[in-house]
Amino acid sequence: MAEAASGAHGGDETTRRDFIYIAAGAAAAVGTAATLWPFIDQMNPAADTRALSTTEVDLSAVELGQQIKVMWQGKPVFVRHRTAAEISAAQRDDFAQLKDPQTDAERLVQDTGEAGRPEWLILQASCTHLGCVPTFVEGSSYGGWFCPCHGSDYDTSGRIRRGPAPANLLIAPYVFTGDTAIRIG
Amino acid sequence: MSGPSTYEPKTAFTRWLDRRLPIVRLSYDSFVAYPTPRNLNYWWTFGAMLALCLVVQIVTGVVLAMHYVPHINMAFASVQRIDRDVPFGWLIQNIHSVGASMFFLAVYVHMFRGLYYGSYKAPRELLWILGCIIYLLMVATAFLGYTLPWGQMSFWGATVITNLLGALPLVGESIKNWLMGGFSVDQPTLNRFFSLHYLLPFVIAGVVALHVWALHEAGQNNPAGVDVKSKADTVPFTPHATMKDLFATGLFVILFSVFVFYMPDALGHADNYIPANPLQTPPEIVPEWYLLPFYAILRAFDFNIGPIDSKLAGVLAMFASIGILFILPWLDTSRVRSMRYRPIARQFFLIFVVVCIFLGWCGGQNPGRILVPATFSSNLSWVEGGTVEQTSIRATGAWEDAAAAAEADLRERGATAVAITRTSPTEGTVRGVFGGTELTRQVRAPTQDELEVAIGEVKTEVGDAAPFFNVERHIPFTFTVTRLSQVLTAYYFLFFLIILPLLGLREKPGRVPDTIAKPVIDGQVQGAS
Repeated sequence: MAEAASGAHGGDETTRRDFIYIAAGAAAAVGTAATLWPFIDQMNPAADTRALSTTEVDLSAVELGQQIKVMWQGKPVFVRHRTAAEISAAQRDDFAQLKDPQTDAERLVQDTGEAGRPEWLILQASCTHLGCVPTFVEGSSYGGWFCPCHGSDYDTSGRIRRGPAPANLLIAPYVFTGDTAIRIG
Repeated sequence: MSGPSTYEPKTAFTRWLDRRLPIVRLSYDSFVAYPTPRNLNYWWTFGAMLALCLVVQIVTGVVLAMHYVPHINMAFASVQRIDRDVPFGWLIQNIHSVGASMFFLAVYVHMFRGLYYGSYKAPRELLWILGCIIYLLMVATAFLGYTLPWGQMSFWGATVITNLLGALPLVGESIKNWLMGGFSVDQPTLNRFFSLHYLLPFVIAGVVALHVWALHEAGQNNPAGVDVKSKADTVPFTPHATMKDLFATGLFVILFSVFVFYMPDALGHADNYIPANPLQTPPEIVPEWYLLPFYAILRAFDFNIGPIDSKLAGVLAMFASIGILFILPWLDTSRVRSMRYRPIARQFFLIFVVVCIFLGWCGGQNPGRILVPATFSSNLSWVEGGTVEQTSIRATGAWEDAAAAAEADLRERGATAVAITRTSPTEGTVRGVFGGTELTRQVRAPTQDELEVAIGEVKTEVGDAAPFFNVERHIPFTFTVTRLSQVLTAYYFLFFLIILPLLGLREKPGRVPDTIAKPVIDGQVQGAS
């Protein structure tokens, strides 16, 4: 800045005033951004909302062939006790023409990376198209869930088989905490 | 446009005021002396109706906010309380909800008017863009407001729309959670939607002020689309335009009242009288009528476009359908403003209007509905009697080769039917039937679902008599609501991107009548066109 100071009155040369303008401008820009941020960030999920991010489920109450819906992070999750027929249908189609190829076993993996149990399928109950809750329809085209909004068909593993949804129903991250208990999230 | 002010304060007070804050002068110049083209038709009266709608929505909205409770457990009941218990609450709530529909009805007429008479062309580009901004804000406000009664349609509409943002790559999920204030539509979402629904109308009012300012700077367009050339082409805004606007607005208010007093719920969806339930999706989720065309465009994309998946493509197309209006002034290359003198463009415009209406119809239909009857058929063949032989396949090379070999082997030995089931990447079973009688049957149905039912019925009927079936399905091309939406969406974009730019360069405009093009009084020339 020594040259800048010496040439304070020169035409095109950098002056101290230029420096002050840029510094003041930069400080104002950073200050504006720093002031703005809290007003933007306040809309993100609050601490109490984030605190409700895990759900414990007792599986002993779910009969074979039954499905319960539990709330996890304010969203419904299907906990399905699959029958042998559903399991074999899911495994049979592992190599069928799939839009989003995944084997049934891959879809049962727990959050820890350990293999799941074929009779327990834990799915996020939110159609990957636009977030409606699909319904389990006995005897539907692929034996699994059907989304009433735009007609997406899922099989007994929750894989997309037909309709506008781009991907399989998401697996809720879960771990077995006991023989008949899981924790979601 | 309006020239020097002709306002003269008459009293001591107005003279005093005029030197300090010339607000009376501004109003006089804008709404009394303002020169308005004498050939304006009734399509030009919708601006006044829109101003009325904005005022009505703000006044009724402020009152409703005094009684409404933005809480997920109380919102639904508080709206019911307004309708049943609050003095005149039923009237104010009905005006507000019907008002939204009337607002959009008027704005659509206003927009089509602008399209037809070329009101977006120089020097009115900014005027048009400000109008587009107002429309976008109206859509946002209407969407936020529809969430507030917290019925099933409110909740699921909000879920579908917030999920649209989740389709954006990389940042979608974060933006979605930021907007919802959680991981799903819940209390934080309702609370902030209420706050924003209260805010946005005032933003609209601000942009409306700019819209009117831009209008008064550029001057009004007119049905001929020819610039006003002299004072003789205009009349003062008051009383001419004021009275005409009042009369048209009177008719509009009658229509408004018919809905408010006799069918306040006709334009809404019955499901919104069911309290929101995050565990149960209604059988169909549709927006209010005024957003149905955009919903149809969103759903028209049931196919991936290269790396863009169908969902993102639909979202982009939906936003593009509004975004394209912003650049319309530069897409239309025609130097003639009014379509009155553009015989070909006028026909394309009429098709465009019909396309928009049909898009709205498609938006309200089940996308899978088949419009042109088709026949789905299936040939089932099975073998009754005979003996079944089952062997497992273990492929060492490619699965397909091993499967084909196993099938060929059974066929060679005289099997009448063969079925292969794959159970893992390299393993499977092959079953064949020897002897017995071969039977076939054909089933037909008008839809695929019914076809599957029919196939299932045959299987049950034949049952244990046959170990397995050979099912051959013939799926015809079906013209569904989605296909129709695709055709209509294609026209919507073609109209703006291809037809208007090319037609403007090639079309031969119609002849401007002598009354406009030539001097009519004593051969006196009034200025060159």
